[in-house]
Amino acid sequence: MQYENSYPVKGGDFKEAGKVAVLVKMALKKMGVAPEILRRAAIAAYESEVNIISYARMGTIRLQVRDDHIRIDVEDEGPGIEDIELAMRPGYSTATELIRELGFGAGMGLVNIKSCSDEFEITSEVNQGTKLRILFRIPETG
Amino acid sequence: MNLASVVKALNLRVACGGEYLERTVKGGYAGDLLSDVLANSGESDLWITRQTHQNIVAVASLKDHAGILLVQGKEPDGDTLEKAVKEGIPILVTDLPTFEIAGRLYGLLRG
Amino acid sequence: MTLFDVMDILDAKLLVGRKLLNTKVDTAFSADLLSDVLAYARPGSVLLTGLTNPQVVRTASVLDIAAIVIVRGKIPPAETLRLAEELEIPIMATHYILFESSGRLYRHGIVGCIQKVGADEIVAL
Repeated sequence: MQYENSYPVKGGDFKEAGKVAVLVKMALKKMGVAPEILRRAAIAAYESEVNIISYARMGTIRLQVRDDHIRIDVEDEGPGIEDIELAMRPGYSTATELIRELGFGAGMGLVNIKSCSDEFEITSEVNQGTKLRILFRIPETG
Repeated sequence: MNLASVVKALNLRVACGGEYLERTVKGGYAGDLLSDVLANSGESDLWITRQTHQNIVAVASLKDHAGILLVQGKEPDGDTLEKAVKEGIPILVTDLPTFEIAGRLYGLLRG
Repeated sequence: MTLFDVMDILDAKLLVGRKLLNTKVDTAFSADLLSDVLAYARPGSVLLTGLTNPQVVRTASVLDIAAIVIVRGKIPPAETLRLAEELEIPIMATHYILFESSGRLYRHGIVGCIQKVGADEIVAL
């Protein structure tokens, strides 16, 4: 199983939020990934997408599927995160009113991505951008 | 039914306002959008929400809610607690999510 | 119960998904914040919400939600309904508030799709 795709996300484009997540889900479904795993991957993609739209100028969500894992790499050009530990704290949010009206910005995004994934790495450079590496293992099926 | 009976029956934690538990609860209102709560909730409702920021106190105070019930185990922010104490708004906490606690409160109030 | 029963109990109007009304449901999640839905809602549940934007449908699709119930008499924009048709997510609208809607379904045996938010999610990070 081999699949790769890259989805551009535009900062501030709130209307489109969730589009990439649905595309990721459809791609994984087509490849026969188990529902429980593809759901977690799509949730992580959704939260990542909302983060880019809410905070960055632009970004990319890259999906890679292999026999034994799914990998999602998120990269954005934006303000970056000064204090990652603080940003990872449940409930901590710098969301604007606009983001909250849409139903996001509850300060659960990064936390949720982490809890959905099997491996999660975040690196950020202030005034440059943030990178996420999110991994989902696909267990061998008899 | 008063707040004290609700606290006991639903096993709620009292974050602040323990001295106001004799207040009557007439109904429930569940919502996380402040503008909606302002528009639609009623006097003496127990307001069920996941919001923890200090604006909830002003909303509860303006609408004369019986109190605020925070769901999903969320503790009120520090300044929320401070404001609630000052304005005399009881804040209660449950680990349950909105659907479940609303269902239980509904049963309690409607018999 | 089925989605048809949900419609009946909530006196709701079906906006999308006539073909899926026989779907069985026994759990629900109520929220006005999609962040919480993404974190806590479970597949096969009914989602009760006051939000009407297309993001609700995308969220429901990603989570395999059985149906969306829009509360407080709100009517979703055409764009939301179009997307729901496309992604095959049933939507119904009720005039009841979220509290009343949750209470009515709970009384008829629907339970919360999660009972508690795990302590580890709150503290561990």
